[in-house]
Amino acid sequence: MLKIERVAKIFGGLKALNDVSFSLAAGEITGIIGPNGAGKTTLFNVITGIYSPSSGRVFYEGKDITGFPPEKLARLSMVRTFQGIELFSRMTVLENVMVGLHTKSQSGIIASALKLPGHLREERRIRERASYWLEFTGIIDLASTEAANLPFGKGRLLEIARAMALEPHIILMDEPAAGLNSRETSDLAELIEKIKDTGVTVALVEHDMELVMEICSRIIVLNLGHKIAEGTPREIQENEKVITAYLGED
Amino acid sequence: MLGGMLTLFFHITLQISLPFAVVLAILVSTAVGSLFERLAISPLKDAEPIILVIITIGGSILIRGIAMLLWGKDTYALPMFSGSEPIVLWGATIMPQNLWIFGITLIIIMANRFFFYHSIIGKAMRACAFNRVASSLVGIDVKHMVFFSFAVSSAMGAVAGIIIAPLTMTSYDVGIMLGLKGFCAAIIGGMSTGIGTVAGGLIVGILESLGAGLISSGYKDAIAFIILLLILFIRPQGLFVKGDAERV
Amino acid sequence: MRKEYDACDGYMKKEMLKFFIFAAVIIIAPVFIKGGYLMNVLIFVGIYTILAVALNLLLGLAGQISLGQAAFFGLGAYLSGVLTATYTVNPWLSMVIAFVTVGAIAFIIGFPILKLRGHYLAMATLGMGIIVYIIFNETVDLTGGPSGLSGIPHLTIGGMIFDSDLKSYYLVWFFTIVVILLSVNLASSRIGRALRAIHDSEVAARIMGVNARLLKVEIFACSGMFSALAGSLYAHTVTFISPTSFGFNVSIELLTMVIVGGLGSIYGSFLGAAILTLLPEFFRTFQDYDIIVYGITLIVITMFMPGGLVRGVPLMVMSVYNKWRPPSGPSRQGG
Repeated sequence: MLKIERVAKIFGGLKALNDVSFSLAAGEITGIIGPNGAGKTTLFNVITGIYSPSSGRVFYEGKDITGFPPEKLARLSMVRTFQGIELFSRMTVLENVMVGLHTKSQSGIIASALKLPGHLREERRIRERASYWLEFTGIIDLASTEAANLPFGKGRLLEIARAMALEPHIILMDEPAAGLNSRETSDLAELIEKIKDTGVTVALVEHDMELVMEICSRIIVLNLGHKIAEGTPREIQENEKVITAYLGED
Repeated sequence: MLGGMLTLFFHITLQISLPFAVVLAILVSTAVGSLFERLAISPLKDAEPIILVIITIGGSILIRGIAMLLWGKDTYALPMFSGSEPIVLWGATIMPQNLWIFGITLIIIMANRFFFYHSIIGKAMRACAFNRVASSLVGIDVKHMVFFSFAVSSAMGAVAGIIIAPLTMTSYDVGIMLGLKGFCAAIIGGMSTGIGTVAGGLIVGILESLGAGLISSGYKDAIAFIILLLILFIRPQGLFVKGDAERV
Repeated sequence: MRKEYDACDGYMKKEMLKFFIFAAVIIIAPVFIKGGYLMNVLIFVGIYTILAVALNLLLGLAGQISLGQAAFFGLGAYLSGVLTATYTVNPWLSMVIAFVTVGAIAFIIGFPILKLRGHYLAMATLGMGIIVYIIFNETVDLTGGPSGLSGIPHLTIGGMIFDSDLKSYYLVWFFTIVVILLSVNLASSRIGRALRAIHDSEVAARIMGVNARLLKVEIFACSGMFSALAGSLYAHTVTFISPTSFGFNVSIELLTMVIVGGLGSIYGSFLGAAILTLLPEFFRTFQDYDIIVYGITLIVITMFMPGGLVRGVPLMVMSVYNKWRPPSGPSRQGG
């Protein structure tokens, strides 16, 4: 459902991505791994519209979305989370998730300023849905906490809840396990499986190998901007090129 | 403003000779700028840019207000550095003060160039502008650099005020337009410490004078800002700086 | 989930209550003030409240700095003034024209300006403000230039002319209350959340589908329109306008009002406007000192009370109260 075709991204003198192509099947959890500097986050940024690729195309659910800006992709039900969580720090946990429902609601400036009845009904529905996603990720009891005061692990969960509120078809997570201890990581693994079970496709950039091998059905390996391998977790673990990339020539 | 007013104060009220008055004025202005940085800027180093902008606005209002209290609202004339006899050069008349302005500006530009590109402190300051975190990681004390930059820019501002004062009079209120246009020039040329900024200043100055002649002099002040808006809309990084402004 | 429903309705009720109390106080106030100079000043408090709230929507909510609000204020005033004084257009009609025209101008210029951030945006809005001010000064044939424009008619409804202080008070405050209501509604709505999201993390807001570019321009235009409304009211109330009322200094005063009251707090803007309009009147004899007071106030509030008075004062009261209250529960007895 997501196809990357010969995507390249050049920054000044640096070729961050070089002729990368692969496809993701719907409803699966796919992992994207590689040593630091491999271009994984750049790849995500290209897919989610934060950068335009220097060349190549991105297809999503059959449509060519190359160069589409993030707000447009949100309406096409694509969402991502960030490596260093980007929360709305001055808003409460609940409000953060309510923003996730932005694309599922309509009231414009005029309706909001006049508090028209349609707007009020919609507000109630938004609160209800937002609460649902807080329960889904297990942080409903923190609903009125200010996001800036959350411990890091809960902040991650908030970002996921907010992303899920968008009711995406695909969620791209950038290093969701970074900074989590092992208990939090296994909770995360469960949560991601739960997300997959609702029918959402998951793409995961990660460094935590245990997590990746455990939950991903397919893995793509990048190194220095190139795709060097693709396959099931077992195949990747035994792949020579991958081992060399991580450990260096021996 | 402080440059001109303080020089007047030292020279006329305290009867100090002009060269010493100038030096003292520069020193005091620098002290004021540095004090401001210590008291109001560095405690808030992590705040949003908006907050810092507001604080500097507050600071400038405060300094102006104190100047007004000390010296009243009158305008004063600083004596010309070398008399008021115009000099005739190749058929054009020039006030000697203009030569002083030109010469001192040239010296400052060259001093700047030397300082920022050939001295350790100058290079350290440029490093901080590019990347604060990396700079502190290699051992540069960023706080000191910020302090220093305030001090240096206060000093230069004072000098600018002093050399202009004999020509354009000085009071508690001057300097705002000049400062704002200076900011425009910096943005137009590009926020670097090289030739770009200087060129920006030249462009603004020349276009402004041309405009005053061609259109009416009332609109003269608007010219700098119109150019500023055009540059910000079309090429925000400035005319003489390479590279893209950040997109996201 | 039950809890969230109730919280939602409870919150709404609280907001409405606050608003009605505020409106009631405003409406009843003249009974206690018995006209005169204070009433006249309160009219201006109303006008500056509109302006401060407009700026707060832009600065406090959406996080976009603007040092040129006075430009929209002035455009509203001059459009109304010129249309009614020189071209004898009906005052209400010219107010509507000014409102819509300034909105359109703000919308158009908003697109390029709001691509900028931080000090670049500050400089651009500053430049805009100064350019507009210079235009007011130079287009003497139209605006009367530095000597100003006089003979602006009062507003009328039926046979009643809004020329006395009392009538002007109610006229101005009617609009002020409407603007406050609209703004409070906006701030607590989906749009308000989207704006705050843009303020906190524009990238994340866009990922969530917020069209940041468009929304910023829309709120900029909205802020401009409210400011123009204030300008029209100002013109019809004082019947004489000149460029000095719409210069850079005014933009700074508005900024101070918003900061003092509290960024993001609509009622805080009222507080800021009230304090900064009333205080100089009480210190008339120290007129020259007001410029110092602005400077110090800006610095002190920004440094020590970043949330403005609306948040800072309750916090201060709480911390003093906590210090003075006798400790409850078992007290520690030495080591």
